Amino acid sequence: MKVKVLSRNPDDYVRETKYDIQRVPRNYDPSLHPFELSREYTRALNATKLERVFAKPFLSSLDGHRDGVNCLAKHTRSLSTLLSGSCDGVVKVWNLTKRECVRTLQAHEGFVRGMVVRYCGSSFFTIGDDKTIKQWNMEAPGYGEEEEPLNTILGKTVFTGLDHHQKKGVFATCGQQVDIWDEQRSTPIRSFSWGVDSFSSVRFNPVETELLGSCASDRSIVLYDMRESTPLKKVIMTMRTNTLCWNPMEAYFFTCANEDYNLYTYDMRYLEKPCKVHMDHVSAVLDVDYSPTGLEFVSASFDKTVRIFPKDAGHSREVYHTKRMQHVICIKWSADNKYILSGSDEMNIRLWKANAAEKLGVLAPREREAVNYSQKLKEKFQHYPQIKRIARHRHLPKNIYHQRNELRVMKEARRRKETNVRKHSKPGSVPVVSEKEKHVVSVVD
Amino acid sequence: MAHVRVRCSVICIMAKVSKKKGSKKIKKVVMSVEEQPPVNEEEEEEAGMAGAEGDIGSSGEDEGEDERKRQKLLQAISALGGKRKKALGERSEAAVDMSEFSVNPEDGPGKVQLSDLMGTLEKTPAVPAKTRKLLENLQRNKKTVDSPLSKQETERIQRGMAFQKAATEVSRWDSVITQNQRAEQLLFPLNQEPAGPRPIERLVAGWKAQTPLEQEVFALLSANKQPFTDPILTPAEEASVKAMSLEEAKIRRAELQKARALQSYYEAKARREKKIKSKKYHKVQNKVKRKGLLKHIEQMIKTDPAAAMQELNKMELARMQERMSLKHQNSSKWAKSKAIMAKYDEEARKAMQQQLEMNRELTQKLVTPLNEEEEEEEEGAAGEADVLPDFVNDAVDGPPNPWMKGKLTEEPTKEQVNDAAPEAASVSAAAAEEEEEEWAADKTEEEALLREFDCRRKRHQAQESDTAGSIFQEEMTEAAAEDSGASDCDEEARSEFRSISRGGEEGFKATEAVNCADRTDESAQLEERLIRIRTVEDLERLPHEPSAEPRDPPTTKAQPSEEKRVGKSKKKKGIELKEVLTKNTNIIKVPLAPTGTDSEDPEAKVDQKGLIKEAFAGDDVISDFLKDKRRQEDEGKPKVIDLTLPGWGEWGGLGLKPPKRKRRKVRSAPPPPRKDQRLPTVIITEKKNASISLHQVHSLPFPFENHAQFESCFRSPLGRTWNTERTVKKVTKPRVVTQMGAIIDPMAEEELLRNKDAVARETSSVNSKKSR
Repeated sequence: MKVKVLSRNPDDYVRETKYDIQRVPRNYDPSLHPFELSREYTRALNATKLERVFAKPFLSSLDGHRDGVNCLAKHTRSLSTLLSGSCDGVVKVWNLTKRECVRTLQAHEGFVRGMVVRYCGSSFFTIGDDKTIKQWNMEAPGYGEEEEPLNTILGKTVFTGLDHHQKKGVFATCGQQVDIWDEQRSTPIRSFSWGVDSFSSVRFNPVETELLGSCASDRSIVLYDMRESTPLKKVIMTMRTNTLCWNPMEAYFFTCANEDYNLYTYDMRYLEKPCKVHMDHVSAVLDVDYSPTGLEFVSASFDKTVRIFPKDAGHSREVYHTKRMQHVICIKWSADNKYILSGSDEMNIRLWKANAAEKLGVLAPREREAVNYSQKLKEKFQHYPQIKRIARHRHLPKNIYHQRNELRVMKEARRRKETNVRKHSKPGSVPVVSEKEKHVVSVVD
Repeated sequence: MAHVRVRCSVICIMAKVSKKKGSKKIKKVVMSVEEQPPVNEEEEEEAGMAGAEGDIGSSGEDEGEDERKRQKLLQAISALGGKRKKALGERSEAAVDMSEFSVNPEDGPGKVQLSDLMGTLEKTPAVPAKTRKLLENLQRNKKTVDSPLSKQETERIQRGMAFQKAATEVSRWDSVITQNQRAEQLLFPLNQEPAGPRPIERLVAGWKAQTPLEQEVFALLSANKQPFTDPILTPAEEASVKAMSLEEAKIRRAELQKARALQSYYEAKARREKKIKSKKYHKVQNKVKRKGLLKHIEQMIKTDPAAAMQELNKMELARMQERMSLKHQNSSKWAKSKAIMAKYDEEARKAMQQQLEMNRELTQKLVTPLNEEEEEEEEGAAGEADVLPDFVNDAVDGPPNPWMKGKLTEEPTKEQVNDAAPEAASVSAAAAEEEEEEWAADKTEEEALLREFDCRRKRHQAQESDTAGSIFQEEMTEAAAEDSGASDCDEEARSEFRSISRGGEEGFKATEAVNCADRTDESAQLEERLIRIRTVEDLERLPHEPSAEPRDPPTTKAQPSEEKRVGKSKKKKGIELKEVLTKNTNIIKVPLAPTGTDSEDPEAKVDQKGLIKEAFAGDDVISDFLKDKRRQEDEGKPKVIDLTLPGWGEWGGLGLKPPKRKRRKVRSAPPPPRKDQRLPTVIITEKKNASISLHQVHSLPFPFENHAQFESCFRSPLGRTWNTERTVKKVTKPRVVTQMGAIIDPMAEEELLRNKDAVARETSSVNSKKSR
C-alpha cells in the first residue's frame, strides 16, 4: 500500500552551494500585479527626481598655475596624467588621482600655444609664442638635473596650433601656414597654404589618420590630406571658427566651435551645409572635444560655461558652471569617458563628471541593475510633462540666464521680421533659408 | 626618300665638324647641301658627301663676304627712305638658329615634314606597328597643342582630385558607422579581450619546448600527428567529428519533424475523441479496451513475462486508485438517481448491479506474486509518468524526483539511457504485436511510428553521445526552440516595442543624412532657470510648463442628440434597476462542513468564490455604489440661484416674505442627459480631472509618427515585478557600456576589416538560408 504525500523535488529549492543566491519563486500572473503603467511611472518620476538631486558634477579643481590655462593635453597611455600649459609659458604635469601637480617646467617665453602627447606616451611636444617647437621627455629629470627639451625646432613664425599623428612620428603645426613635420627633421616635410596667412588650430583625424582639418582666420575651415601636395577643400562660414575636433568613432564627422556662439557638425564629404547646428552658448565657443565613444562632445565657451551635447542633438544635455570659473579656454574629455577637464582664465583646471548624477567607483551588481532599470524608465517616460519638467531643469547664473533670454528675443524678432518681409513681397522672392544653410558662405574647391 | 638620307648624313658630318671649327662655316655647308637639286639616289648621296667635304675648304670665305656686302647694300637702301631710323641693335643667339639637333628653320622649302620622315618607316621592319600607328595619327592631327593651364586652375583640379580620393576613402566607414548607430548596445573599448579566464592553449601558445626531453616528446607527437594543444583530438578524430555531414543532419531533422507532426496528429485525435460526449460511446470503448487488455496480458504471459508483469502492475495501480476514490460506490449523482429508479425500472437495477460488481472487482485485493519493493525498483523513470495516476504526480514534470525514488541522481543520463534502451526495445516489440491483435484497432500505425522514432532517437543518443553528441543536441535544442517559439513570442514583441522609438529615428535618418538622427529633438532642450535644486522638495516647487495645461477636447454638439437616439432605442429593453440589482446577493449559503484544503480538488475553485463571498458578506457594496452615483448626478444638475435681496426698499423683519416681483430666480438650461443614465452599474464622469491631465502627454513627441506607435512603447512594463530576470536584463541593457579605467582608443582600421567579415558572414548565412 502506497501512501501519497506532498512531495517536492529538492533540486528545485536546495542551493548547490551556499554562495548561490536563494531562489525566490515568483508568480508573474499579470492579474496579481496590476497597474503596471502607473507604478512604473511613479518609479520613473522618483528616479528622475533622485537624479536631479544627486547631480553633483564638480569634483575638484587643480590650482597651481600663475596665469590663465591656455592648453590641455591628455596622456595617450595613462588616464591619471594630465598636462596643462599656461599663458606664462609654464607647463604642468598633473596626477589626477592624487589631484596634485607632479612636475612644473618653464617651457616657453610667452604663451604655451599648443601641447600634444606623442602617440606612445613617451614624450610630448609644446609650441609657444617664442616661435619654437619643443619636445620633452615624459619622465621627469632626475634630482639635480635641469629640465631640458629633447629637441627644439626654431621656426620662422609663431605657431598657434599643434597636433600629433595617431600612429606615426609625424606632427602638424599651424601658424602662417599648416606644416607637417617629421620628428626626425628640423624642417617641415610639407607645408600647405591657400591664400590665408593665419590659422588658429589644426587637428589630425584619429580614424583616417592621414587627414587633417584646420581653422583659418578668414572664417574658413580647410581640409588636408597629408599625402597630397595641395589642400582638399575649404568652407567659409559667416564667422570665424576657433577649433575643430574630429569624431573618434566616425571617420568623416567633425565638429567646430564658432565665434557665433554655435557649434557645427560637418560631414567632410558634404561641406555645403553642416549636418547639425548646436546652439545654447551665449558667447563665443572656444574649444570642443569629443567623448572617446564618439556619441557626445563637450564645449567650452567664453560665457563661462561648459556644455555637453549629444552628437546629433541641436541643444545641450548638460551645462556646467561655477561661481568662480571664468572664461573657459580649453576642454578635454577623459579617455575613459568618465570625466571632463576644463582649463579656464582664472588659472584653474577643473575636473567634472561626464554624467552629473553618476555614482563613481565600482557598482555592486544589484546596484548596477537598479541604475540600468531606472535609466530605462527615465527614457521610457521622458515625454511625460512632469518628468520632462524635472529632468530638463538646470540652474543658470543670472547674467547668462538674462543673456540667453535676450538672445531668444533677438532671434524671435529677426524671425518675425523675415516672415513679415516674406509676407509683403512677391511670393518666392524671399526664400526660406534653413538654419543650417544660413551660416555657410561658400565652399571653395 | 633619297634626300632625307642625305640630310641625315649631313647632320652627322656637321656634328663632327662642329667640334673642329666655328659655327658659321657649318651653317654654309648645310645650306649648300640643301640647295643641290635631287638627281639620282645613290649618286647624289655620294656626291653630297664629296661636295660637303670639298666645299668646306674653298667657297666658305667668299660667300661670307658676299653676305656682308649684301647687308651693307640693304642698309644703304633703307637709309635712303626719308626717315632716318636708327636700327635697334639686335642680339641674336646662335643656338636659336642652329644647334646640333635642328637644321635652320628659315629655309622654307627645306622644312622637314613628318611625312618625309614617315617614308622610311614602312621600309624598316624594326619599327613596331604601334609607333607607326601613333605617328600616322599624329600626322592626321593638325591641331595645335593647347596652351598650359594657369597655376590656379591646375591647383584647383589637383585639389578636386585629391578631395574625391579622400572622400571615397572615408566613405569606406559608412557601413561601420550606420551599424554602430543602429546597434542596441555599444561596448567600449572596441577591441576588448573577452573577460574571464583565457583558454589554456592560448596561454601555452607562446611556450616552446626547451629541454631535450620536451623536444623529444614534441618531435614524437608531431611525427605521429598527435595533438599537443587543446582540444586533444587527432586529425582522424577531428575528421570523424566533422563527418556528421549535412545530409545526415538533414535526415535527422526530417525524422524529428515527422515525429513531431505525428505526435501532434495523435494528440489532436485523442482530444477529439475525448470531446465526444456520448457516454455510451465511451462505455463501449472502455469495455473493448479492458477486454483487449486481458487478452493481451494472457498472450504476454506466454511470450514476454516481464512486460506482462508491468501490465499487471498497471492493473494493480488502477485498483488502488479505485479503492482510494469512490467512483464506483453508490455515491455519485448518477448512482443516486438510479437508486431511486431501481424500484421501478429493470434497466436501472441492472445498471446499478453492474456498477457494484465493478466496484467489487476493482477493490478486491489481488494476490500478486510480486514483491512491493521489486515493483518499485522496476518502475523506470520513463515508465513512471504514464503508470502513476495523474493526480499523484502532477507536479513532477521535469526530471524525476530522486528523493521520491530513494536514490540520488548520480549519473542520471547514463541510467536513463540504460533504462530507456530495453524499454524501448520492449515497446517496439509490443508495437509489432499490437498490429496483429484485434484490440489494437484503435491504436493507429501513427502511434507505432512515433514509438519507433522515439526508440531510434534514444539509441542514437546512446551511441553518439560521446562523438557527435553536440550536433545532435543542437538539433534537439533547435527543435525545442521551435516548439517553445510561442512562449518566446511575447518577449520578441517586447523587444520590438523597445526598438520602435529607435526605429522611428532610423526612418528619420534614412530621410535626412545618415548621421542627423535626433535622439533628443529640439523641444528637448534644457529649461534653464535661476532656481537651484538641492532637495526633492525643490523639485516639487519647479514651475509647471504651460504646455502641460490641458487643451480642451473638441466638443461636438451632435453628441447629445445621438445619445438621445441611443436612449430611445434602448428604451424598449430598458433595464429596471430592481430587476438587475437585488439584495439577494448578500444572502450567502455558508457551507456546513469546512471545505477541504486539498488544492487538487476541482471543487476548490468554487469554494474560493464562496470564501470571498463570505468574507464580504456584510458589505453592501451595491447600495454604496448607487448612493455615490446619485450624488454625482445631483452635482451635475443645474443649480437654482436665488437673486433676491431682501430688505431693499421694504420693511424688514422676521417672517416677512419678499414680494413676488422680487422673487427672481435664475435657472440655467438643463444639461444633456447623462451617459450613464441607462447603465445601472456604471458611473461615467464627463468632467475633466485636472490633476490627471497634469501628468498626461498632450502632443505627440518628436520621433513618433502616430499615436499607436507612441502608445506601443508603454504596452509592456520593464520591471522585475512583471518580467523574468532574464527579460529584465535584456530589456534594461544600457546602450553604452564602458570599462572602468580603460582607455578608449579611436576606431582603428581593424574595425573595418572586422565589420567586413561580419557582413560577409551574415550575407553568406542569408544566402544559405535562401538556397535551402
